[in-house]
Amino acid sequence: MLHRLSHAVFSSLVLMLACLPARADMTIEIVGGGANRHVLALPAFAAEASVNGGITPIIRSDLSRSGAFKVLEPGAVAQAPSTPGEIDYPAWQGAGAMSLAVGRVSVAGGQLSVEFNLMDAAQRKRLTGGTLTVPVSDSRAAAHQIADMIYQAITGERGVFSTQIAYVLKAGRNYQLQVADADGAGAQTLLRSAEPIISPSWSPDGSRLAYVSFESKKPVVYVHSLANGARQAVAAFKGSNSAPAWSADGSRLAVVLTRDGNSQIYAVPVGGGEAVRLSQSQGIDTEPDYAPDGSRILFTSDRAGSPQVYSMPASGGSASRVTFEGNYNVSPNFAPDGKSFTFIRREGGRYRVMVHDFATGQANAVTDTAHDESPSFAPNGKMILYASEQGGRGVLYTVTRDGLTKTRLATLGGDVQEPAWGPYPR
Amino acid sequence: MKASQLVLSLLLAATLAACSSTSPTNTAGNGANGANGANGLNGANGENDPSAAGYVRNGVGVNGVNGANGANGATGADGSGAYSNSALKDPRNILSKRSVYFDFDSATVKGEYKPLVEAHSTFLKKNPQRKAQIQGNTDVLGSREYNLALGQRRAESVKNMMRVLGVPEGQLEAVSYGKEKPKATGTSDADNAQNRRADVAYDGE
Repeated sequence: MLHRLSHAVFSSLVLMLACLPARADMTIEIVGGGANRHVLALPAFAAEASVNGGITPIIRSDLSRSGAFKVLEPGAVAQAPSTPGEIDYPAWQGAGAMSLAVGRVSVAGGQLSVEFNLMDAAQRKRLTGGTLTVPVSDSRAAAHQIADMIYQAITGERGVFSTQIAYVLKAGRNYQLQVADADGAGAQTLLRSAEPIISPSWSPDGSRLAYVSFESKKPVVYVHSLANGARQAVAAFKGSNSAPAWSADGSRLAVVLTRDGNSQIYAVPVGGGEAVRLSQSQGIDTEPDYAPDGSRILFTSDRAGSPQVYSMPASGGSASRVTFEGNYNVSPNFAPDGKSFTFIRREGGRYRVMVHDFATGQANAVTDTAHDESPSFAPNGKMILYASEQGGRGVLYTVTRDGLTKTRLATLGGDVQEPAWGPYPR
Repeated sequence: MKASQLVLSLLLAATLAACSSTSPTNTAGNGANGANGANGLNGANGENDPSAAGYVRNGVGVNGVNGANGANGATGADGSGAYSNSALKDPRNILSKRSVYFDFDSATVKGEYKPLVEAHSTFLKKNPQRKAQIQGNTDVLGSREYNLALGQRRAESVKNMMRVLGVPEGQLEAVSYGKEKPKATGTSDADNAQNRRADVAYDGE
């Protein structure tokens, strides 16, 4: 029913731009901190001032944000070792260090070389280290990789500092779908539109984003390739099309369609095609999320009168209710190990991030703010990314799973919303 | 020229003047109805002679024929004006009212909006080439996707009422903007009430 001229006008308002750096990057502000953090000394790497943005500030912010580390202030000890042999262990241990990361940087012929060592302070033993050589323009990536190595050596878990996030930046009447590093730097705009964009969802291999765009004056689901910006409408049925979620093998999307008169969950092939209905209720079924092992789908349903989280087999069929406390539990997102999920609960007018553990059936609050939305787990299950509000603007936060370390990814000049944490890079 | 013929001419001229002031407004979109206006003049032929028995002032008689123009709505737009394409934008016409407002947590169309829904339904039935998109909205609190579905429920509610009133499926589409395009950006009760809304939008708007 679209007037052809209007459609052309709106199409011309939607520009696809790949790999253009956005003007507004996100900087980090960390709030809170937990006990039992590993105390790390991180003196400046020798010659790192020759690199734009440095190396250790990025490592410092990554490790602090994880909640697992307390990184000593740069001037904690009046010494600047860059190799293990230069370390004055008693001085650093006196400042509380449990380990030290020391390193040096050299730049030659457009290539950056970073050599670092992580030393246990008590045993004076090397825990990890190496030399990374990258193009100078990839200096941030090298810093994130070192942070990942330190994180893994100390905690035994894989770090997420080399991952990406997707989100929507709204400025005035314009919307931009952006992808950035997990610390908010390096934002690239995938899509600009005069109409809303919501619900970005990462493919399991990180190569594509599905999202909902209103550019044709109604919600339509697109799949967008990050490498070349190519995109395709994969669900544009009569009525509304929304809430895309990737199956674990990346071959199908669960989507919400309204073509049978109420919002229900269907599966469509990723390339588009026939939609197969999965959910069966007379109410609203929405916000599907596939389990990491592909066996089930969590979703939001108000079939019992108020929105709650339900689970059904990935092939559809009878659903079982999962949340029983309160009268508004929505936006489920599986943890990567499938043993819990994060969601939003409205209680007393406040919308907060929760985590539900399948084994105990218990749900715990992770935030104590009031306008939280759209939570998603980091691929190591240790942190949750979500949207909130500060000073009337939409902002993004990461929070550790125990709720103790909260980090605001600050941005300038717009509202940031609808975040989604991407997978490990391949 | 005989005097009676002169009087006849004068009265015919006066009648034409009177008729033209009461004929339906024809807009560009109703071009075909311009011809229908001429039909009204045909009605004058029988009753211009004031001495004839049963004389009725022609303006009134001709208006009766103008009523027949309504039947010509089948050719395009309704000649009477009340359900013409221009009525959609006429502030004096209920068709220019496009919004149905809902109570909190509700998708039920309240009685006070039934005349509005009925008017749009009648318009669509009289104008089978036109299409309407019912756009559902919610207030700005809560999950975007759940709100998209709540907005959809409101749009479906209005659409269902129009279907029951006889509007064909092919002329209707229910979609939702959820909380993405609020009329009022705050969260006061007044703001929320403004945003719990379904709007009727026509093709080309």
